[in-house]
Amino acid sequence: MSISRRRFLGWMGAAGAGFAAAGRAHAGSSPRGAANPETLGVLFDATRCIGCRKCEEACNRVNELPPPERPFHDLGVLEKRRRTDARTYTVVNRYTGIEGARGPVYRKIQCNHCLEPACASACFVRAFTKNADGSVTYDESVCVGCRYCMIACPFEIPAYEYDKAFTPRVMKCTFCHPRLVQGLLPGCVEICPAEALTFGRRRDLLRIARSRMAQSPGRYLDHIYGEFEMGGTTWLTISGVPFRAIGMREDLGTTPAPELTKGALGVVPVVAAMWPVLLTGIYAINRRRDRIAREEREAAVAAALARAEAEAKKKLAEALAKADKDKKAAVEREVKKALEEAARARTEAPAPASPEGGGETKSG
Amino acid sequence: MQFPKVTLERPRWTPFNIVAAIIVVVGLVITGIRFTQGLAATTRLSDYNPWGIWIGFDLLVGVALAAGGYVTSAACYLFGLKRFHTAVRPAILTGFLGYALVVLALHYDVGRPWRLPYPFLVQQGTTSLLFEVAACVALYLTVLFIEWTPAAFEWLGLKRARNLVVRLTLVLTIFGVVLSTLHQSSLGALFLIAPSKLHPLWYSPYLALFFFVSSIVAGLSMVIFEGALAHRYFHHKMDETHRREADGVALGFAKAASWVLAGYFVLKLVGVAQADAWHHLASGYGAWFLLEVVGFVLLPCFFFAVGAREKNLRIVRFTAAWAVLGIVINRFNVGLIAFNYHLPAEERYFPHWMEIGISLFIVTIGILAYKFIVRHMPILYAHPDYEPH
Repeated sequence: MSISRRRFLGWMGAAGAGFAAAGRAHAGSSPRGAANPETLGVLFDATRCIGCRKCEEACNRVNELPPPERPFHDLGVLEKRRRTDARTYTVVNRYTGIEGARGPVYRKIQCNHCLEPACASACFVRAFTKNADGSVTYDESVCVGCRYCMIACPFEIPAYEYDKAFTPRVMKCTFCHPRLVQGLLPGCVEICPAEALTFGRRRDLLRIARSRMAQSPGRYLDHIYGEFEMGGTTWLTISGVPFRAIGMREDLGTTPAPELTKGALGVVPVVAAMWPVLLTGIYAINRRRDRIAREEREAAVAAALARAEAEAKKKLAEALAKADKDKKAAVEREVKKALEEAARARTEAPAPASPEGGGETKSG
Repeated sequence: MQFPKVTLERPRWTPFNIVAAIIVVVGLVITGIRFTQGLAATTRLSDYNPWGIWIGFDLLVGVALAAGGYVTSAACYLFGLKRFHTAVRPAILTGFLGYALVVLALHYDVGRPWRLPYPFLVQQGTTSLLFEVAACVALYLTVLFIEWTPAAFEWLGLKRARNLVVRLTLVLTIFGVVLSTLHQSSLGALFLIAPSKLHPLWYSPYLALFFFVSSIVAGLSMVIFEGALAHRYFHHKMDETHRREADGVALGFAKAASWVLAGYFVLKLVGVAQADAWHHLASGYGAWFLLEVVGFVLLPCFFFAVGAREKNLRIVRFTAAWAVLGIVINRFNVGLIAFNYHLPAEERYFPHWMEIGISLFIVTIGILAYKFIVRHMPILYAHPDYEPH
């Protein structure tokens, strides 16, 4: 068993313990769900049900539900396929023309009180409680009315009071939890004239179902619906015709609802822990890259500037040196010229010099 | 301190204003009916179909299309794509309005809206993915509000408050991406608990991943799409920088959207393979699935690539609207169309006109709020008194 499932059960257990302390649950704080061998349940035997609707009537009475549109002795309603709704916790449907069945087959629908209820797992205010006796009950005082429980329930049981503007509730079978606490049977079980409903510990019910199958070979299919479906339910069904033919889905699988979401829930802390690290890392890497790029750019600019400056300096120095040299040469030339002129003046005084000679001296 | 004066011009009776006024009046009437007569009077919700378009459209589509905020701010502030900076404020604004309207819509949908804080204040159902969605949406709405406040503070001239919030940009962006990752994916994960009700072509253990990855596409496409609309109707409000960067934003986002769509397409195929649902492709639902995955994932992927490569803004903008429609179809499929596929036709859901009326009403409020804010606050231009952040 995985950690999250155990934790889930632990939470449910803790919730139940509080319940027990209030003196209302009779089974104490024993573990819930599959691990609880004391879980109560009901076995519905579709081969025995006669479709008399007495269970519907008793359910309506003990749960003080609004009166039905058509009276309970009116079996005409069986013509139509019905489901549980805001005024009805349980219905019986009639299925005709089933291959291999001699007459019509009846099936009672109500909450199956899953060992690990999808509704309870889906509720974001924990309005559903899996009680120690096996019942799954609903607390309207916290319900927001999001109806995610109705999305989640694989058996399409919870209904909603859409017509109430201010106090709409989710409505569903309670396994007559208030009666169980008083030591009474569920209303439907108590009244059933055909003994189609058997109340007891779930493990005993499984044994009873198997012994019926053994005692009457050919009467039943070799399957107890609810033993494993969606992780198991406390209400079980046995039938002589395929469950599909009496409106029960055979493709639900055996995975309990909390298992279906535990992967997604498990990702939450991982994302919450790792995303900030990852994103800060990406930010830091980008900033560092930007900084390095900027530094490199600055360094390149500085280097280019330095190179240009050095070149300019060199050119200047060369120019200066050249200018210096030119200047020196000019001075020397001037000095030389002056000296030559002086010499010529001296020689010219006694005798005039030839003009060619003076030209040659100047060009030298 | 001088507060800006809001000059309310006399409403001009343009076609848009007339239609908007009608929708708002009708919406208010339906609101009255909803909160006095209950859900039965205004919706076609049933015990088989507890979620209608107020969840399928207003929540699932609304949250996906509001993803532009986290996508754009992450691109700009975390991934260092500063050339997208002018796209951040409009994206944050539409994100904030989107989430605010999602929360408004939830008040219509849940049975007792005044109890919406109960999951946080009264009793925490931590085993529920809806709890995670609720917590993240509430927190992220707060984050978006704070991220949006600099624009309002600049408008109001509250310099110190504005500068304080701007200093939080990085932290808010990271927080926003974390929260968005979580709740965008969790919206998909909501349906993990009902494998028997969602058609096998859409049900997948990867639902959370599908929703998260496609929210990135939705965010990118919505930024392009809204940008095109803003250019058409609020060109005069844009400053030089915004106009200069806008085409680059559209082309850059188109390129990103093309890549993400390619990844998303492969993921969807992996989903079908993982569920071994290939044989369902030959059914009616299979044709519908193929239309979604080829017509609204693969083709937009291709045309985004073409548009980005050719630098053709017309193709990019058209494809953005196309991809957005694809996201709408996907969310409708998961929430409404492929959900309860097993039920007979007479038990299936089709919205009441009042449900559509409220959805239109809420979208209209969003557009009106956007118009007001863009007219008065520095969204499409940088306020001259402030350094961009």
